[in-house]
Amino acid sequence: MRYNWNWGILFQDPYFEWLITGIEWTLIVSSLAWILAFSLGSLVGVMRTLPQRLPRAIGAAYVELFRNVPLLVQMFIWFYVMPELVPDDLGRWIKRDMPYPEATSAILCLGTYTASRVAEQVRAGIESIPRGQRMAGLAMGLRTWQVYRYLLIPVGYRIIVPPMTSEFLTIFKNSSLALTIGVGEVLMQARQIENYTFQGFEAFTAATIIYVAVTLVVVAVMARVEVKTRIPGYGVRKGR
Amino acid sequence: MIDFDFNAIIRNLPYLWQGMQLSLLLTGLAAAGSIVLGTILALMRLSGVRLFQWIGTAWVNFFRSLPLLLVIFWFYFLVPMVVQRQVDAFNSALIGFVLFEAAYYCEIMRSGILSISRGQAWAGYALGLRYSQTMRYVVLPQAFRNMLPILLTQTIILFQDTSLVFVVGLADFMTSAVTVAQRDSRLLELYTFTALVYFAMCYGASAYVKQLQKKIHR
Repeated sequence: MRYNWNWGILFQDPYFEWLITGIEWTLIVSSLAWILAFSLGSLVGVMRTLPQRLPRAIGAAYVELFRNVPLLVQMFIWFYVMPELVPDDLGRWIKRDMPYPEATSAILCLGTYTASRVAEQVRAGIESIPRGQRMAGLAMGLRTWQVYRYLLIPVGYRIIVPPMTSEFLTIFKNSSLALTIGVGEVLMQARQIENYTFQGFEAFTAATIIYVAVTLVVVAVMARVEVKTRIPGYGVRKGR
Repeated sequence: MIDFDFNAIIRNLPYLWQGMQLSLLLTGLAAAGSIVLGTILALMRLSGVRLFQWIGTAWVNFFRSLPLLLVIFWFYFLVPMVVQRQVDAFNSALIGFVLFEAAYYCEIMRSGILSISRGQAWAGYALGLRYSQTMRYVVLPQAFRNMLPILLTQTIILFQDTSLVFVVGLADFMTSAVTVAQRDSRLLELYTFTALVYFAMCYGASAYVKQLQKKIHR
């Protein structure tokens, strides 16, 4: 294997700055998308557990729709097709004036896609609460929304902290797909460094280390959150 | 809505079908390879031999913390360099998929093996079977059967993931659709069609898996 090693290239101008910019974009896109995924996913997840049939059906349709189309296809649809489908004025605004069109599309795409996965976790969390608790709440005279507000959501969300961690890591990893529509996140920068310098080994190693490092940090932080939010004496300990 | 040109799709169906064949071939080979490798990794993790356990755990944790796109890029770049000649993008993508997805299949097979009661393995040993025979004839067939729905679900995810070979220009279904869409400037038609096809296939497959699950757990 012939290869000219040059690890120093990663710390030279402008390549070091490219990597930093990449980290910034990755973190911005994943965290904003996570906010969207968490709120929309909570809404859809709760809808799937409501007693009425219509919201349940809407929630189920949402999940099936977003789960069964590859994320890359969804990315292209948000970026290329959406501006054509919305009303003309809005479409024109998206094409001409919307700030950071690539990043915005990527955030919407990752957010709505991950919302379908979050929804499934929220549903599983709420459904794992024994039915007696919901009934007890209703028997005490609480309304449905009060049962959710004071009972099901506080308990359910504490149960699903571990799977939510892995959903966040999923959105973080999936944010790399944003490079296909031109967002300059970590992987895009690594590839650009490879194209400019032919030091692919170093560039991809840098990207690998960045992804592993962020994953380790998130896992370490969430391990603490898990301990804090664990409901004493509730459920079994996680196997992994 | 603006004029939706069905002809743009119909005209290109043969080309898109070729892409779909490549997608399916890649999915099949990658699934087969990564289920085998994943099972080996699962056996390593459960072997009780410290070195093997460490390798298995490290493999799973490492690949699960990386985006698949990065793995695809790595092998697209690395494989030709290691073997010192030009390699088809298909082969390098296939290697990347097998190594990456094995980490996910490993966890499925591991919980499958753990779901078989220990008495089964003991009974195997009591009959005089060796470790390899106990696994081969007693534990793995049952584990495989129990986990079949989850293995299939993971394979559906793998099928969706194969669309990512777009980034190395391998002409799968997704890449073919993008090529046609850009050549004919028919983005709306082609991307909508692509989404519909993927949706129909994945939704159909997961409906089948649900039925299978009911049958197995009856």
